[in-house]
Amino acid sequence: MNTTEVTTVARPRLRRRRSTRLQRRQTRLAWMLLAPSLLVVVAVAFYPLGQTVYQSFTDKQFLAIEPTKWIGIENYKDLIHDSIFRDAVWTTVKFTVVTVLFEFVLGLIIALVVNSNFKGRGVMRAVMLVPWAIPTVIAAQMWNWMYNDVYGVINSALVRLHILDHAVAWTAQPSTALGSVAAVDIWKTTPFVALLLLAGLQVIPGELYEAASVDGASRWQQFWRITMPLLRPAILVALIFRTLDALRVFDVFYVLLGQRQDTQSMAIYDQNTIVTTGDVGYGAAVSVAIFLIIGVFVVVYVTFLKVEEQ
Amino acid sequence: VSTVAERTTRPGAGAASRVRRLRRSPFGRFARRLPFYLVIALIFFYALFPFYWALRSAFTPDADLFKTPVQYIPAHPTLHQFREVLSSHFFLRALLNSTIVAGGVTLLALVLGSLAAFALGRFRFRGRSATLYLMLSMTTFPQIAILGALYTMINGLRVHLFGLSFQLPHLYNTLWSLVLTYMIFTLPLTVWVLTSFMRGLPRDLEEAAYIDGATPLQVFYRVLLPLIAPGLVTTGLLAFIAAWNEFLYAVSFEETPNNFTVPVAMVNFVGKSGSTFQVPWGQLMAATIVVTVPLIVLTLLLQRRILAGLTAGAVKG
Repeated sequence: MNTTEVTTVARPRLRRRRSTRLQRRQTRLAWMLLAPSLLVVVAVAFYPLGQTVYQSFTDKQFLAIEPTKWIGIENYKDLIHDSIFRDAVWTTVKFTVVTVLFEFVLGLIIALVVNSNFKGRGVMRAVMLVPWAIPTVIAAQMWNWMYNDVYGVINSALVRLHILDHAVAWTAQPSTALGSVAAVDIWKTTPFVALLLLAGLQVIPGELYEAASVDGASRWQQFWRITMPLLRPAILVALIFRTLDALRVFDVFYVLLGQRQDTQSMAIYDQNTIVTTGDVGYGAAVSVAIFLIIGVFVVVYVTFLKVEEQ
Repeated sequence: VSTVAERTTRPGAGAASRVRRLRRSPFGRFARRLPFYLVIALIFFYALFPFYWALRSAFTPDADLFKTPVQYIPAHPTLHQFREVLSSHFFLRALLNSTIVAGGVTLLALVLGSLAAFALGRFRFRGRSATLYLMLSMTTFPQIAILGALYTMINGLRVHLFGLSFQLPHLYNTLWSLVLTYMIFTLPLTVWVLTSFMRGLPRDLEEAAYIDGATPLQVFYRVLLPLIAPGLVTTGLLAFIAAWNEFLYAVSFEETPNNFTVPVAMVNFVGKSGSTFQVPWGQLMAATIVVTVPLIVLTLLLQRRILAGLTAGAVKG
């Protein structure tokens, strides 16, 4: 660079150019630091996602001798008429509604209790974390043993209390299968919802309640007029997270029900199609369908949140 | 509560003041809060009973376990089930595999994630917030959606990309398949949480180091990394637990018991005798206790930090 040509007028331009060079160097360094992470994300998420979409238009079979053929939307046509998949979608939706509802109500009660002042509050907080700390598969096995039709504690207790007159095979009979799976999920995940709601409760200023009592508002009115409106953001976050999680449920169904066709989740059906049957092409179409169903929920929630904000 | 009102009404208000006095006595206060304590007791029972039941089953000998009526407290407590499970090659192997996988995943996610967080938290450049949102959206990525593609990829898929064509390594039934695929849910979380930690640091220290002639990488590992150590512990722990608990990929990508992780082993549990005729519930519950107690202790010890990490990952943005 020829510095002799620099005049006082040109100086700002030069400085700007120098700063852009620094800026450029910074940008390059930033992308270099990001590169490994982005590469991994592309390799384990985006490439496979593209591959899934591609495979859903083929008849790819795992370990097939004949080469894979492009069959267009044939898989999707089959999927529309696939009553087993339709049942799985319905089962998953029922599971989602029931678990999210119960987890919300129970989580709110627990959060309110833990948020109020009493001796042993710290212990209580620790206790409610226990189910959350237990891995899902292990929690499901613990309940599986409690559900046991002969030696299980649930049957034993209910028969002894004369609520039931004979033992029930909770996970085996279709009428109670979904309920017993939902109960495990509710037990395991309510603490997470309670924690999110508790975080929301703790930022509500106490003066609001004081002012309300001075004005003569009852506890009940305070709950509906102060707590609930101010808790709204936390509630929405909890509901979104839980709904998305419940829609892709796999572990509890697998442990308690195996791969039964009468009560299976979408994820169970898909995993079975891909890994057990080796029908990769059709499984990919199922994957895309699951992805779209979850996507619809995300879009609905996000627009709902946006409307809330305005 | 209303002391002024009480004082003025005291003369002549016999029954009302007696009720009030009773209500303010220790007994009255207890009676009024009774429903509240009942709710607390109920929550205690609900949260802890399944864990208690696993504990009681782990300490009950098989002879009592498979007998009716069910014993609520073990009549002949024994350590036999624990001894069996802790000397079973099948279970110990699963513990080792899970430790390798979760440890490897955590290490890799922390190294890559902290570098990315350095860029996203301390630099200004175009595409920064887009990258952040990409990472955030990745945290809700449904893993089932790419199961089939990953399944074919780890089975040595032939990749055609930008004119290049190469065969992927055969990773089916190896622990590598899990270490790599678990990046999907651990890396975005690590990047996101560490970025929020990086952003919270003051500029001064970093600037002082730059003036002293430090390179950006030196600033990164001499100045910034020690400062976000608490963040590294939190995210590391969240990543470790997530990897330790993962089941869908583990059950799909591992075939032989030698490569089972703990969750897969817990589902296809084989007792010490090796018999698959009956589920050895006593040993299984002992294994449950062995696996969950460290997790529970860890969660309780670090509950504040975990909460901070979770809310940073969940509520912000």
